[in-house]
Amino acid sequence: MFAQQLVNGLVVGSTYALFALGFTLMFGVLGVINLTYGFYLSVGAFLALFATQHGVSIWLALPLAALASGCVAVLIDGLLLTPLRRAKAPELASLMVTLGATLLLYSLANAALSTDIRRFPPGVIDANALEIAGIRITMTQCLIIAAAGIIVSVLLWVMNGARIGLGLRALAERPDAAALMGVNAGALVRLVSLASGTLAGASGVLIGLNYNAIQPYMGEVMMLKGFAVIILGGLGDIRGALVAGLVVGMLETLTAGYVASSWKDAVGFVLLVLTLWIRPSGLFGRLAVKRA
Amino acid sequence: MSEPKMSEPLLSLRDLRIGYGGATEAVKGVSLEVRAGAVVCLIGANGAGKTTILRCLSGLLRPRGGSVHFKGRDIGGMAAHRIAALGLVQAPEGRQVFANMTIAENLRMGAWLLKDRAEEARRRDMVLTRFPRLSERIRQLAGLLSGGEQQMLAMGRAMMADPQMLLLDEPSMGLAPLFVEEIFRIIAELKAEGRTILLVEQNAQAALDIADHAYVLQSGRIELSGPAAEIARNEKVVAAYLGG
Ligand SMILES: Nc1ncnc2c1ncn2[C@@H]1O[C@H](COP(=O)(O)OP(=O)(O)OP(=O)(O)O)[C@@H](O)[C@H]1O
Ligand SMILES: [Mg+2]
Repeated sequence: MFAQQLVNGLVVGSTYALFALGFTLMFGVLGVINLTYGFYLSVGAFLALFATQHGVSIWLALPLAALASGCVAVLIDGLLLTPLRRAKAPELASLMVTLGATLLLYSLANAALSTDIRRFPPGVIDANALEIAGIRITMTQCLIIAAAGIIVSVLLWVMNGARIGLGLRALAERPDAAALMGVNAGALVRLVSLASGTLAGASGVLIGLNYNAIQPYMGEVMMLKGFAVIILGGLGDIRGALVAGLVVGMLETLTAGYVASSWKDAVGFVLLVLTLWIRPSGLFGRLAVKRA
Repeated sequence: MSEPKMSEPLLSLRDLRIGYGGATEAVKGVSLEVRAGAVVCLIGANGAGKTTILRCLSGLLRPRGGSVHFKGRDIGGMAAHRIAALGLVQAPEGRQVFANMTIAENLRMGAWLLKDRAEEARRRDMVLTRFPRLSERIRQLAGLLSGGEQQMLAMGRAMMADPQMLLLDEPSMGLAPLFVEEIFRIIAELKAEGRTILLVEQNAQAALDIADHAYVLQSGRIELSGPAAEIARNEKVVAAYLGG
């Protein structure tokens, strides 16, 4: 039934939106397409898995795993991209470096963890479901919607209301002028890496919970979808990524429900192609983090 | 002569050399001094290296050689945000306002390093009194302002830092005569308040009128320097820069 599909779509869309927000934040402020981004999703999912396997509650495992993924992102950015930034290397250089690093990271993860699909220990989340007017909402779905809602609200508040968000927007628009005002670009770059890695990690945990399936390449699968979502939303556009994530998740779910589930994964790419044809600068028609 | 020793200049460059990757240098050994309270202008043709020098002073470019001292501290190669924190603040060439922010937000960015909100509000009032045009458009996006208004915003934004020394890179560039007049009137006001300013200008006449001291830059070297009034009478300067 339709209302049930909408709820399921909202859940899937929330995870897409979280993932896309981190990606678009990274691109919008740092101005690089960092292909290792999807890997942080896998990191988050696995860390939460290991933590829950050791008896840590999912309520604690989620924020910890997400933040740890953010730290991995800071580390990798510092290792790979900071030197390039310092040398003012062309964009292609960062694309190549992060492509190489991505391949390396996934093969290491694959060697260490194998591609077997893993599942959270039973009882990680209460198996009960709420029933409202005939719509079933599982506790997992509640957690996903609540977590995504909180994270997105904080992000929007920071970007629009907080002083630090103003600095990020300044850095995104004119790094030199921002530095002339006393903005410490290095510190903000690390903060953005931390935030975007945390968003990817959080979406990894939530996606893992939603399908109860975790394996090393899950980040790579999302990366393709993430591209579709952020192009649909407008590269670097925060509101755009949020809306586009929800739209893609919703349409995928409806397609699976009313057409055929084999068509589901085509949705994002159909939208991607349509966007590039009709509105290459995205839903809101702007190219960059300018306004959140 | 037993005069007391002159105080240290606020800013001094010694044999400063700056390049962009290649073997040739854009700035080939420039020495220059700015004393506290003085307005010093740096004039020179397109491509002489004026912007290159200012970007280096603000930490956006690393010097290849020589030294830069501000308030007695060696700031050559120091990170831009630390130089700003020392009180050396620039309104850069081409204004560089944050086009997707409102005027109010641009001004807030100018006070980025200031923690005291009451002080920020006080400075904002001062800036808005000085630039009433900005006050009328406070909630408007800076990208929608005219060139002259953007220049006022760029200067107002720099003033929000209450700088010990202000670097102005071609504030009158591309502006209608009325705005040029307005900009120079404001520079004169700042001078009267005792602010220290290093002014880069294409409009050599106006710059020499307002400055105490002047340097003429040609192809990365200082060709002439001296009291602005003298430089303004120099034959070569008159021929090359003052349309004489
Ligand atoms: N980013 C850059 N890369 C390479 N060369 C540069 C760069 N910026 C400036 N130059 C060169 O350095 C020299 C000095 O340029 P600069 O911009 O400092 O001149 P300017 O005196 O400010 O000129 P204008 O009056 O046109 O603003 C020029 O020969 C210019 O071509
Ligand atoms: Mg210039």
